[in-house]
Amino acid sequence: MEELHLEYYLVASAIMFFAGVYGFITRRNLLAILISIELILNSVDINFALFNRFLFPGQLEGFFFTLFAIGVSACETAVAIAIIINIYRNIRNIQVKNLEQLKD
Amino acid sequence: MEYTLFIVLLPFLSFLFLGLVGKRLTPRAAGYIGTVVLAISTCLSYITAWHYFTTAKVDGVFEKLTPLNFTWLNFTEKLHIDLGILLDPIAVMMLVVITTVSLMVHLYSVGYMHGERGFQRYYAFLSLFTFSMLGLVVATNIFQMYIFWELVGASSYLLIGFDYAHPEAVAASKKAFIVTRFADLGFLVGILILSFYTGTFDFERLTSGDASLFAGMEGLSFMGCSVVSWALALIFMGGAGKSAMFPLHVWLPDAMEGPTPVSALIHAATMVVAGVYLVARLFPVYYLQAPDVLVLVAIVGAVTSLYAAIVACVQTDIKRVLAFSTISQIGFMMVGLGVSGMEGREGLGYMASMFHLFTHAMFKALLFLGAGAIIHAVHSNEMEHMGGLRKYLPITHITFLVACLAIAGIPPFSGFFSKDEILAATFHFNPALGAVMSLTAGLTAFYMFRLYYRIFWNKASHRDHAPREAPGSMTVPLTFLAAATLVAGFIPFGKFVTSDSAEYIIHLDWTVAAASVAVALIAIGIATLFYRRESPIPDRLASSLRGLHAAASRRFYLDDLYLFVTKKIIFNGISKPVAWFDRHVVDGAMNGFATLSQRVSYSIRGFQSGQVQQYVMVILLGVLLIAVLALFI
Amino acid sequence: MNFLSLFVLVPVLMMVGLFLSKNLTQIRAVAVTGASLLLALAVGLVFAYLGERAAGNTSEMLFAADHVWYAPLNIHYSVGVDGISVAMLLLSAIIVFTGVFASWKMEFLEKEFFLWFCLLSTGVFGFFISLDLFTMFMYYEIALIPMYLLIGVWGSGRKEYSAMKLTLMLMAGSALLLLGILGIYYLSGATSMNLLEIARTGVPAASQNWLFPLVFVGFGVLGALFPFHTWSPDGHASAPTAVSMLHAGVLMKLGGYGCFRVAIYLMPQAANELAWIFIILTGVSVVYGAYSAIVQTDLKYINAYSSVSHCGLVLFAILMLNQTAMNGAILQMLSHGLMTALFFALIGMIYGRTHTRDIRQMQGLMKIMPFLGVCYVIAGLASLGLPGLSGFVAEMTIFIGAFIHQDAFHRVFTIIACTSIVITAVYILRVVGKILYGPAADHQHIDAGDARWYERTSTIVLILAIAGIGLAPLWISDMISDSLLPIVQNINL
Repeated sequence: MEELHLEYYLVASAIMFFAGVYGFITRRNLLAILISIELILNSVDINFALFNRFLFPGQLEGFFFTLFAIGVSACETAVAIAIIINIYRNIRNIQVKNLEQLKD
Repeated sequence: MEYTLFIVLLPFLSFLFLGLVGKRLTPRAAGYIGTVVLAISTCLSYITAWHYFTTAKVDGVFEKLTPLNFTWLNFTEKLHIDLGILLDPIAVMMLVVITTVSLMVHLYSVGYMHGERGFQRYYAFLSLFTFSMLGLVVATNIFQMYIFWELVGASSYLLIGFDYAHPEAVAASKKAFIVTRFADLGFLVGILILSFYTGTFDFERLTSGDASLFAGMEGLSFMGCSVVSWALALIFMGGAGKSAMFPLHVWLPDAMEGPTPVSALIHAATMVVAGVYLVARLFPVYYLQAPDVLVLVAIVGAVTSLYAAIVACVQTDIKRVLAFSTISQIGFMMVGLGVSGMEGREGLGYMASMFHLFTHAMFKALLFLGAGAIIHAVHSNEMEHMGGLRKYLPITHITFLVACLAIAGIPPFSGFFSKDEILAATFHFNPALGAVMSLTAGLTAFYMFRLYYRIFWNKASHRDHAPREAPGSMTVPLTFLAAATLVAGFIPFGKFVTSDSAEYIIHLDWTVAAASVAVALIAIGIATLFYRRESPIPDRLASSLRGLHAAASRRFYLDDLYLFVTKKIIFNGISKPVAWFDRHVVDGAMNGFATLSQRVSYSIRGFQSGQVQQYVMVILLGVLLIAVLALFI
Repeated sequence: MNFLSLFVLVPVLMMVGLFLSKNLTQIRAVAVTGASLLLALAVGLVFAYLGERAAGNTSEMLFAADHVWYAPLNIHYSVGVDGISVAMLLLSAIIVFTGVFASWKMEFLEKEFFLWFCLLSTGVFGFFISLDLFTMFMYYEIALIPMYLLIGVWGSGRKEYSAMKLTLMLMAGSALLLLGILGIYYLSGATSMNLLEIARTGVPAASQNWLFPLVFVGFGVLGALFPFHTWSPDGHASAPTAVSMLHAGVLMKLGGYGCFRVAIYLMPQAANELAWIFIILTGVSVVYGAYSAIVQTDLKYINAYSSVSHCGLVLFAILMLNQTAMNGAILQMLSHGLMTALFFALIGMIYGRTHTRDIRQMQGLMKIMPFLGVCYVIAGLASLGLPGLSGFVAEMTIFIGAFIHQDAFHRVFTIIACTSIVITAVYILRVVGKILYGPAADHQHIDAGDARWYERTSTIVLILAIAGIGLAPLWISDMISDSLLPIVQNINL
């Protein structure tokens, strides 16, 4: 079996990343946007782990950072969902285009 | 002679006192304080005159004395304003004239202004005026003169507008101030030029005949005239404004809106001769540096004199007749100065001019005070409300007649002597000018007797109650001034005041004298014929010369011209467009700038839509762009 | 503790006192005490200054002190005064003092009003005692900012518009100014922002040519330099009385003083070269302001345009670059400050009684309020340059000084400036004739009553100052003139 090269993983994570960006830009629903952000974050986490595994095998910083980022993103998601729920309670809607109060 | 300071200072103290605490005093007390203070000043100035004329003569020439002089303000190393007292024959003469007339007016006003609102204020202003006028005549330098010149103008403004509830009085005071201010602009620029080149304001240095002072101006000319001529002509403009010379005379007839004693003091005897005094003060400079300006002075004087005499013939307001008569007489004085020379017998014009100033102050003040007594009696300024008053106002009648004879130039009244000298000097200078002045003198006799007859003779107008003679406080000054008018002509004036301060023996030029007396008598005769009784001749004459008559009663449309210039040109033609320009163009540009920034921000605010997704899109595109650029460049 | 710093400290303490005070009486007590203290300090300073000079102290700045404030940028807190700043401090103290009395009857938010008023005074006093360019600029800004609130909150008429316009225009000026100051500092190569040091090291002639206009226009906006004067009519018309007084009386002088102290003093070569441009602008504004004033119908607008004319004369005289004219300029600042403050105070008092400032709706006020009427006439006479009042002294010194230049250009503009004395007479007498004289027509004004004691205090102090300078100008003129010597030498090098 051919060895799995770094590039394959990178391609996969890049696809994930751009899928996240695409979703972030095009989705109108706050939850979908949140999921897209998660996708972006996870693709970055994959990259951290990959680079550590392939380029600096003796070290652990990349893994640590991945774990740290997962933790932070979990908190962030919690906060984001809280906000979204609050928004829903206030305006009965979680469509991005309706959130314009802060503009004025 | 340091005590001369008090002549000037006392009226000022009286002004401060009456101005600050006048309201707490009774009117009577205020009047007495003003009068007594001025009486002290008057005594002091008589003492000064006696003292000066008996002791100040050195080698047959009167010295200039400077009992007091201190620096008031420094400009540059050379130029500084001093305040001080300069005594020379003309200054001393003016001290006497001003304090005398002012004292008479103070005394007279006690009766005339009795019961007026603001009596205390009136006395305060009179004191202020007297102070300023005295400060003007004793000025040691031209800038001190300018300072007091302005103060005189301001006190004249305050006094003309004394009855401030009357719109006419307010308008007249404003007009007087602004017209003279305009003339003072010329004076100021003249001073600037003169002082810049000579490096001094000092009269003594300027008039010392030291040609080196004027060396800096040598060869400089502007628009075809030398700079020194310009400077002196501009200074004369200031004098012409104050002395109501044509065409800056328009304020004086209107100034008659002020109380009559004020007209007597300011607009007949003292302030209006300030211009003459100014030219006399700088006479050596005029004579030595710019004889061409002296010719201008003579011409302006002659034109004014003739013009005012013609206009005076058709006025119906007695104070206005007197006002034009004043303008005309000041014209005589200017002519006298203009035709004069410097040394010895050549200085006749100067001497005569000063002499006329002196006698004129007395008889013109008398005329005005007399007019005041008449107005006091009939409560009107118009001739048609008078007539036949000689029975009711005997003292006023006699004194008024004396003054009329004096101004008409009938011997032995004072006007004869002084006017005759001026005519003699004028004939000596230029016979044509002499003829004009003789004609003017004839007109003077005519309009004065027209006035006299229409007030005291002619048909009496209908009255509800008989007019009563004025109280003692008014008749005493009249009598005093009439006495002065009778004797003033016999003062050997040439002994005291001459162009070179040396003695001048007056010889009457009998041909000129006889001719002028004849002209005056003929004019009086015509006036008698026309106006002694009610007569149809004047009306017929007026209607046959309708154009001239109308023009003269409208003062040859000069006032209309001024009104046109100020209202139409300055107010509507300059100020309104300027104000519009400021609001709409200059401010509009600022507002436009603000509006523009607002528009720009509105148009770019679309970029800050608040749509995070849009931002990310832009960021993404930006990153891609940078990546592509980084790859291919 | 330096004696001069008290000028800044006292207003700050006043602010603390105001903050702690509980009712109107206490507020007034604090304001009056503080303002009197400032006035006493200023008078004391004049005597101390003259005493030092008489004792033979010839250094350029007296009572100087210097502390490092922010070392990395070489910013010092350095103070010192010469005759000119002493005169300006005296003026400011008089106007703050009278301003307190003029705002005795504040309608609402008295405490806040006086707080901002004190902050403004802090800025003004700080500006005049500073020698360091940066602290000078800082105080300048401190003086400007409160203006926005004072006009915007306590003003009248279109107050928001005026306040915004005023602030924005003056801020635009200070932007130029900041650029200029930094340019001067960096290009001169001086080791501190101290004025005297920069004057010694000098700014390179090439950079002066672009720095000078920046600084001159920057300060000129505040000094009502044509065509950047349009904030002044609107601003003054909307401002409350005491603020108008302080603004026209002192703040506009900051502009003139700054032009003179920073632009001319530090950049003499450029001043010599570029003066002609600004002489044209200021010469125009002298006559232009006066003509504009003739047709105005709002008392405050008349006075604001009159200020444009008079302040134009200040800048005009400064640009003549000789000792006499500059002396006249400083005297004119003093004189204009005093008389315009008097005018605004009186207009405020008249407005308080008639509830209109439109001259067409007033008549015969002299009968109803003789005291205010007489004061107004005195202010008017001072404004049109009557001898014996301060305006005359200043104007004559300026004209004599301006006439020293012999070329046709200067002569023409000097004579143009001289004509303003006639136009001034026209608009002053027009107003006096319209509102004070004539029969008292409007009956609703009749029970308005004359000035109260606090109003009398305010006007009498100002009139005394005006007459004081007008009657005995020698000491103050000489004091200023001596201090101008080093500056003039710097120009003629």
